[in-house]
Amino acid sequence: MEGNTAWVLTSAALVLLMTPGLAFFYGGMVRTKSVLNMLMMCFGAMAVVGVLWVVFGYSLAFGDDVTGGLFGDVTQYLGLSGLLGGEALSGTAFVAFQGMFAIITVALIAGAIADRARFGAWLVFAALWATLVYFPVAHWVFDFSNDSGHVGGWIANDLVALDFAGGTAVHINAGAAALALAIVLGKRRGWPKEPMKPHNLPFVMLGAGLLWFGWFGFNAGSALGANGLAGLAFINTLAATCAAILGWLLIERLRDGHATSLGAASGVVAGLVGITPACAFVDIWGALAIGVIAGAVCALAVGLKYRFGFDDSLDVVGVHLVGGLVGTLLIGFFGTVGVNELGADGLFYGGGLTQLGKQAVGAGAVLAYSLVATFVIGFLIKVTMGFRVDEEAEVNGIDEAEHAESAYEFSGVRSGSSGMTRAADTLAGKVPSNARKEGVTP
Amino acid sequence: MKLVTAIIKPFTLDDVKAALEQVGVLGMTVSEVQGYGRQKGHTEVYRGAEYSVDFVPKVRVEVLVDDTLGDKVVDAVVEAARTGKIGDGKVWVTPVDTVVRVRTGERGTDAL
Repeated sequence: MEGNTAWVLTSAALVLLMTPGLAFFYGGMVRTKSVLNMLMMCFGAMAVVGVLWVVFGYSLAFGDDVTGGLFGDVTQYLGLSGLLGGEALSGTAFVAFQGMFAIITVALIAGAIADRARFGAWLVFAALWATLVYFPVAHWVFDFSNDSGHVGGWIANDLVALDFAGGTAVHINAGAAALALAIVLGKRRGWPKEPMKPHNLPFVMLGAGLLWFGWFGFNAGSALGANGLAGLAFINTLAATCAAILGWLLIERLRDGHATSLGAASGVVAGLVGITPACAFVDIWGALAIGVIAGAVCALAVGLKYRFGFDDSLDVVGVHLVGGLVGTLLIGFFGTVGVNELGADGLFYGGGLTQLGKQAVGAGAVLAYSLVATFVIGFLIKVTMGFRVDEEAEVNGIDEAEHAESAYEFSGVRSGSSGMTRAADTLAGKVPSNARKEGVTP
Repeated sequence: MKLVTAIIKPFTLDDVKAALEQVGVLGMTVSEVQGYGRQKGHTEVYRGAEYSVDFVPKVRVEVLVDDTLGDKVVDAVVEAARTGKIGDGKVWVTPVDTVVRVRTGERGTDAL
């Protein structure tokens, strides 16, 4: 018991690290003038969702079901009442672990609306989306009924679609929301004609590495115990991700002529997304197949936005929605009870099409609900408080407009302070405006 | 007096600097610039999206010299910067009316 609690708490910390990792993965892909805003959207998701989670989010997701598998009882664990101070794993360690999932899921969406969303509007969106979309969907997928009378959500218990660590609740959910929000906010000025190339690919690689590290907690931690199932999830997470890098790079080499660092980092994430729902239901051959397929399919899918004309800026749809669908559906092919008796046999392991059908219903339901609900939330924010920064702010850079900061000091002349004075000192008359020249002291 | 301006490939800078010192040039100004001539730019691909990068990084070297030294300096730069491949750059010479050394106020060739 103590061992299980230790592993889940450790995993929770690993999963939290994924969000700063994601911030750098995304931040490296935007331009210099908007990197801080991208980091802030991720950290903003941590702040808002973390608070909501402990106040009522956990209860809404993991309280006793009140509406036929759709919502948990929001009053049951309000303010985590009755959970604190206990000995059992079902108490605080699980609350912490699942809270990190809520945070990263919201943060994932930020990549679709890079460079153009008002920060306040994003925080409001994060709160509404977590409350109306993530917490209920987590209840559907992650809340299992048990012998002691607890009644959970419909996908986990009635449909029995398999999703070990969040292919539906996290990745399809965030990916569908990203699609809706990219459409609600509209294209960035100049997209897709103006080049918007990544400003710092080493950041992207660093972020992908942090995500991968944290993802071992995400997937293996979902075993909720220090056991063989966690080990299976861990090794499949390794195998699939390695295979996905190769899959993505192979597509790039054939299509574009070069294997790129952005492609390798993207392959890491595509593979992690793909294996997430399947990591404890497939053997190593299934994991390798899911990885290479997820890597290759996502490498092709990131081009869809140009064909359909939606500015999903950092390919949340192409990687998370598509990767989540690939992983969730492929359980219907590669699933095997040979590694986990709680799983199911897929088509290639003599199980027929039954499980594939269940997987498709689960994936489709989450996709449809997230898409529609996100359209409504996004549209309401757009018409009430406004979601986008104005044109001038977007062109000059959202970092300066929304945060009054710039990520890098580029002025280059000596210490880089040319043309800059401290406003407060100048106003107070302490530094005459001509005092910047060397040798003139006030 | 002449201003010799050379646009060269960045990796030839050390050779050009050495060649200029050989012919007796005492100072120079170097800046990192971008541009293209017949060489044109190159393409980069990010997640399958192709960007054409029109401007290629170059180094601009500027040297003020006495009239008599002009041709020698040009020859030195050309020889040191040449690889024979497209994109080696250009060198040109412009006449200069006045040069003043800021510290002493010396003018003309004394200021070089």
